[in-house]
Amino acid sequence: MTDTISLPNSLRSQPDASGHFGQFGGRYVAETLMPLILELEKVYRAAKDDPAFEEEYDYLLKQYVGRPNPLYYAARLTEALREGAPAGKGAKIYLKREELNHTGAHKINNCIGQALLARRMGKKKVIAETGAGQHGVATATVAALFGMECKIFMGAKDVERQKPNVFRMKLLGAEVIPVTSGSATLKDSMNDALRHWVSNVHDTFYIIGTAAGPHPYPELVRDFQSIIGKEIKTQMMEAEGRLPDMLIAPVGGGSNAIGMFHPFLDDTEVAMIGVEAAGEGLAGKHAASLAGGASGILHGNRTYLLQDEDGQITEAHSISAGLDYPGIGPEHSWLHEIGRVQYMPITDDEALASFQKLSALEGIIPALESAHAIAAAEQVAPTMDADKIIVVNLSGRGDKDIFTVADALGVEM
Amino acid sequence: MDRMATCFAACKAQGRAALITFVTAGDPTVAATPAILDALVAGGTDIIELGMPFTDPMADGPAIELANLRSLGSGTKTAHIFTIAADFRARHPDTPLVLMGYANPMLVRGSDWFADQCKAAGVDGVICVDVPPEEDADLGPALRDAGIHLVRLATPTTDAKRLPAVLEGASGFLYHVSVAGITGKQQAAQANIELAVQKLKAATDLPIAVGFGVRTPEQAAAIGRVADGVVVGSAIVDLVGSHGDAAAPFVQQFVASLSGALTANSRETAA
Repeated sequence: MTDTISLPNSLRSQPDASGHFGQFGGRYVAETLMPLILELEKVYRAAKDDPAFEEEYDYLLKQYVGRPNPLYYAARLTEALREGAPAGKGAKIYLKREELNHTGAHKINNCIGQALLARRMGKKKVIAETGAGQHGVATATVAALFGMECKIFMGAKDVERQKPNVFRMKLLGAEVIPVTSGSATLKDSMNDALRHWVSNVHDTFYIIGTAAGPHPYPELVRDFQSIIGKEIKTQMMEAEGRLPDMLIAPVGGGSNAIGMFHPFLDDTEVAMIGVEAAGEGLAGKHAASLAGGASGILHGNRTYLLQDEDGQITEAHSISAGLDYPGIGPEHSWLHEIGRVQYMPITDDEALASFQKLSALEGIIPALESAHAIAAAEQVAPTMDADKIIVVNLSGRGDKDIFTVADALGVEM
Repeated sequence: MDRMATCFAACKAQGRAALITFVTAGDPTVAATPAILDALVAGGTDIIELGMPFTDPMADGPAIELANLRSLGSGTKTAHIFTIAADFRARHPDTPLVLMGYANPMLVRGSDWFADQCKAAGVDGVICVDVPPEEDADLGPALRDAGIHLVRLATPTTDAKRLPAVLEGASGFLYHVSVAGITGKQQAAQANIELAVQKLKAATDLPIAVGFGVRTPEQAAAIGRVADGVVVGSAIVDLVGSHGDAAAPFVQQFVASLSGALTANSRETAA
C-alpha cells in the first residue's frame, strides 16, 4: 500500500493535503466530527507506513476473503457480441471476479481495512449504512471477525425488501436499525449513521461503504479497493502479456470502480468507463449524478449531486439498490471533469437484459450493479477491433437480486 | 455597534443572558412563518435563528428534521426565506436575525450571491453547520465582505489545540454546542457547560451562547447564569409541529416562560 505516495505529474497523487481532488472532496462535516476525522487521517497515515498493518491486511484478504480472485476470459460473451459486430470487430472481454470474494462482492476489501483501522484507534463499536444490504453484510462480517459491536442503518423500505440480507446481518450478530427519516432510502441511512456517529464519537468507528464522505474516507476506501486494479495488472500481464485497452466498472458511490481504475490512471493507453445508473432514462427518474447532476455538498464532500436549483437533494432511482444514491465519490467527479474517465449511463432495462444474458451465456449471475457494466461492455465491445481487450469489473454476485429481477420480469416466485 | 453587538451589550447591561430562539423558515408554511417570528419577539426573544430547510439535515434530531421536511413539503424555496427575512427586518428593525443551515442550499448559487442576499434582506449573521474552518475559504470571506457575521460552533470535541482555528474568523458570537450529538436530544450536565464556557471565555471576547438540548425555563436559567446567550430550538419547533398554522400563541407563551426565567436571573443578581 505504499504506491500512492505523491508522484509529480501523476493522476494518482490525489487528493491534496487538505483532502481535495481538484475542487471536489474536502471535509464538510459538523465541528463535532472534525477532530475525529483529523485523528482518523493521522492513524491512517501511520498504518500505511506500518509493514505489520499491510501484512495483516494482505493475510486476511488471502485467507479470509479468498484473494486473488480470478480474471476470467468470457469467451462465450465475447463470441456472442462478435456475431453482431462488423467483421474484425468485437473486443475480448475479461471479467474481474470480485463476486467470488467472501460475502459475494468487493465491499469486504474495504471493510477489512477499515476494521483494522478501528482496532488501531481503540474503537470497539462499528456502524455502517447500507442500501440493499451488501455493505451491511460485509461490515457485520468483519465485526464478527474482529469481535466488535455492530449497528447497521438501513432504510425501512430496504429492510422490508431485503429480508434475506437483514437476516444475514442478524445472524452475524449485528443490530439492524430501520431508518424511517426522510425518504427512508440509502442517503437517509447515511444521514442517520452520521447522526449516531456524532453522538457516539468517543467509542464508535463509522465504516463508510463507498469512496465518498469526508476526507480521508474517499482516499482510504480507494486505497483498500485498489487491490482490484493491482491484481488485474498482474493477471493481465500473465494472460495477455500487456495491459488491457479498456476498463469498465459500475459507479454508485464508485468504490469498486475507483479501486479498479486508480492503479491504471497513469497508463494513458488504458481507457476507462464508469457506468452510472440511468434508471428509467435521464429524462425520468435516475441515479446518474454526473450525467444529470451538478456540483454540490452532501455527506461531508463536494461532488456531483442530484439536486434542484435551491440545492435540495432530489431522490435517486435505480433498479439496483447499490447504485440508488444521489451522489458519487469525489474522485470520480474530478476524473470526469479532467476527462480521464468517461462516464456512461445505462438504464434499468439495459441492465436487466444484461443480467439475463450473462447468466445464460457464462453461467454467472451478476449483481444488478455489475449488470450495468456488462451492458456498457455489450455496447462498446462491438465498436472495438477484435484484438482489443476489455476488463469488466464483476463487482458482486446477483443472488441478492433475483427477487427484484423476477418482479421486474413479472415472474411469480 | 451593529445590531448583534448592541443586543448582547443591552442584555449584559440588564444582567441577563440573551435569549436566542430557533424556528425553521417555512414551517409549517411560508405564510405562517411571519406570525411565528413575531411571537418569538413578543415572547421576549433577543436574537432569532431562522433555519434554512434542507432535505438532509445530518446534524439535526427528529424535531428539526421533521420541521425541515414540513417546510420543504409545503413548497418553501430559498427565495421565500429571504423574503421572510426582509419582511421581518422591516417589522423589527432592532432584533438580530441569524440564518442557520447547511452548506449546499447556501452555496449552490455561490457564496457571493448568498452573502449579497443576506445583506439585502437585513440578515445579521450566518451559521453553516457543515462548513468547518478547514473548508471556509469561500463562505467566510464572502460574508465578511458583506458585513455579515459568521457564527462558528465549538463542541465538546473541540479541544484547546483546535479552538484557535475555530475562533479565527468567527464573529457575532460563539455558539457552544453543549453535547456531542444532534439537536434536541440529550442535554449536557450543568457542570460540564460551566467548565466549557469558562474555557471559551478565557480564549475569546466574543459572547458565548450555549445550545443543544435546552428545553425548559429551568435549564435556560441555569445556563443563563454562566453564558451570554441561551439557544432554544427543538422545544419551540415541537410546538410548531403540534400546532401548525395556529402555533404562534403557544410559541409566544413558551418563549415568555424562557425569557422570564432569564430575567429572574438578573433580579437574583441584583438582589
